[in-house]
Amino acid sequence: MTLCIKNARHLDAPVDLLVRDGRVLTMTPAGHQPLPEGCEVFEADGLLLMPSFIDVHAHFRDPGYEYKEDVVTGLAAAAHGGFGAVMCMANTRPVNDTAAVTRYMLEKARTAWPHGPRLYPVAAATVGLAGQELAPLGELKDAGCVAVSNDGCPVSSAEMMRRVMEYAADLGMVVMDHCEDPDLARGWVMNEGELSGELGVKGQPAAGEAVQVARDAMLSEYLDIPIHISHVSSALSVDVLRWARARGVKVTAETCPHYLMLDESALRGYNANAKVSPPLRRPEDREALRQAVRDGILGVLSTDHAPHALHEKERTLDEAPKGFTGLDLALPLTWRLVREGIWDEALLHQRWCYGPAEIFGLPCNRFEPGDPADFFLFDPETEWTVSPETLYSKSANTPFLGETMRGRVRHHWCDGVQLF
Amino acid sequence: MNDNRYQWTHKDLLDISQLSREDVLHILDVAASFQEINQRPVKKVPTLKGKTVILFFVENSTRTKTSFDVAGKRLSADTYSLAKSGSSLNKGESLKDTALTLQAMSPDVIVIRHPSSGAARFLAERLPCGIVNGGDGWHAHPTQALLDSLTLSRHWGTDFNGRVVTILGDIAHSRVARSNVHLLTLLGARVRLCAPRTLLPAGVHNWPAEVVADPDAAVRDSDAVMCLRLQLERQQAGLLPDLTEYSRRYCLTPARLDKARPDALVLHPGPMNRGLEIADAVADGPHSRVLDQVSSGVATRMAVLYLLATRNEGAAAPQHGD
Repeated sequence: MTLCIKNARHLDAPVDLLVRDGRVLTMTPAGHQPLPEGCEVFEADGLLLMPSFIDVHAHFRDPGYEYKEDVVTGLAAAAHGGFGAVMCMANTRPVNDTAAVTRYMLEKARTAWPHGPRLYPVAAATVGLAGQELAPLGELKDAGCVAVSNDGCPVSSAEMMRRVMEYAADLGMVVMDHCEDPDLARGWVMNEGELSGELGVKGQPAAGEAVQVARDAMLSEYLDIPIHISHVSSALSVDVLRWARARGVKVTAETCPHYLMLDESALRGYNANAKVSPPLRRPEDREALRQAVRDGILGVLSTDHAPHALHEKERTLDEAPKGFTGLDLALPLTWRLVREGIWDEALLHQRWCYGPAEIFGLPCNRFEPGDPADFFLFDPETEWTVSPETLYSKSANTPFLGETMRGRVRHHWCDGVQLF
Repeated sequence: MNDNRYQWTHKDLLDISQLSREDVLHILDVAASFQEINQRPVKKVPTLKGKTVILFFVENSTRTKTSFDVAGKRLSADTYSLAKSGSSLNKGESLKDTALTLQAMSPDVIVIRHPSSGAARFLAERLPCGIVNGGDGWHAHPTQALLDSLTLSRHWGTDFNGRVVTILGDIAHSRVARSNVHLLTLLGARVRLCAPRTLLPAGVHNWPAEVVADPDAAVRDSDAVMCLRLQLERQQAGLLPDLTEYSRRYCLTPARLDKARPDALVLHPGPMNRGLEIADAVADGPHSRVLDQVSSGVATRMAVLYLLATRNEGAAAPQHGD
């Protein structure tokens, strides 16, 4: 059976999209092609047609912390946020450092969401995320892991990092690194600067991130092995990345919507919902990141979706855990930059879909014949208020709580099957 | 103050930065009037009879807690203490739940001392009663700054214009320093800060204060020198070489104090590490106002409790017109 998405707008052009057996058949200017016999028609009515996004960095908390999120609710938030694929980090309990954990995640995802969004687990780099022994990456890859990262428990030893990169390279797995010197400013709660001084809380300088970006870039150059830098937060790290790329180092990197939309002033009033790792930085950093996404130094966007329960966040700033939910809000937030003319829509497709697909070797929809029929229809004008009721994630720990968002995914298809 | 139009409007006292100059002068004025009560043979007035003040001290403190306790009792308020060791916080209860529990006892004012910056504000945002910040982390200690200025004002009056106050010691981890920079500046004084760079807060160069690295230069021609307590754990955290070196470089000795103005006043929020940040001869010498600070503390806290506990009374007074 053939499905036709009629009168959608794709990159400002009215189009008809034909889909069959979970694949794209054709995308043609609206009304140019006669519809095939017996074709099911979905009238898109001018909604924006985009390829399903790929989130390369999310925390689904499952197994172990299902009170924050689980695979089923995480994928629901993904589907409604426009994501057709999510790479989930290994800091579950138990840690995703054995095939059994990977298989559990995948089985749960397939049962609840058989057509997608797809789940792509990320393997722990070291056993228990402890930074001491290599995790069995071959076994983890066979079970379905697509990349390697210790994320929030970064490998502090350069020697261990080197061995992780070498071992993962044999398996064709890209290593992703959360860059944070664990000793510099241990116990930080926000960016170090005038505001942390005024609030009387411990800060982390941007150097706490950038020194590890530099280390990784140097290892990558020396070993000639690619590396991917997670959720870059600072202009200084962007400068290091620019330097490395100019040398031809195979370093790729991402940032997240919150670093593009907010700055450290969100912490005023000790708002624990604005506490995140790495921390929100200065307005200058935000501007540098927007520019770096545009010029490709940051070739990927990710959410770093990090759900926490209300009782965990409703604490004093120093005691509250770090992290925001992000899957529900990623598209409306980054669409703001398109609406304001800072980015264009094609850049959004590139950074949220094609960039991630290239780096991690994942399937994606370029609307070419034979591509997976993963796409959604976005209404850029719908207004809605961010609240626990309107978010599909199990948690609502976001600094955007209570704000009005403009734009929401109306319909989403994965594998050619309509999810909603 | 004689201005009858002035009205105290704050539900809480969280930080000096929330106060106007008028608010500060009013507090100091009220405190000065309470100071007189503290000299009487019978040191008790019925002003806050029937009011309840809870002293919620999650961080160890003897002086501040006693000071608030004495202040409350002299105004005839009922004061109750809750310390961390005796509270459910030790059983894992969250600050939010402890706060709601306290609120259910209908206090008029809660005084909170807590190791987390922002803790007093956390309470103030959730509870309808008045909250006094008795010290939150490194952030603020407004009653300490007020009592320091009350102490200085007995010598200087309340116009600190042209006065130089030097704060010497661990500025980075000091709520006393933060609150004093706000308050002294508000009253017109010029503030100098002196500490090893490892004990200066980020962004201090944008504070309304002059940062002077050399202690002798910092003290020179000061009208007052405020020493801060050095927490011994700073050395363990790698911020200082050893305490002997700290003492040698930063201790307020008689020789160093000689560089200040001849009538300079010396303050210390206590408890003092004698021989470390302040020499015995200075602590016990003629310039020291350390014990005045303690008596000013009781009067200041009486004023603050009074203002917060009676905030709504003017408005709530019965009307007998028409």
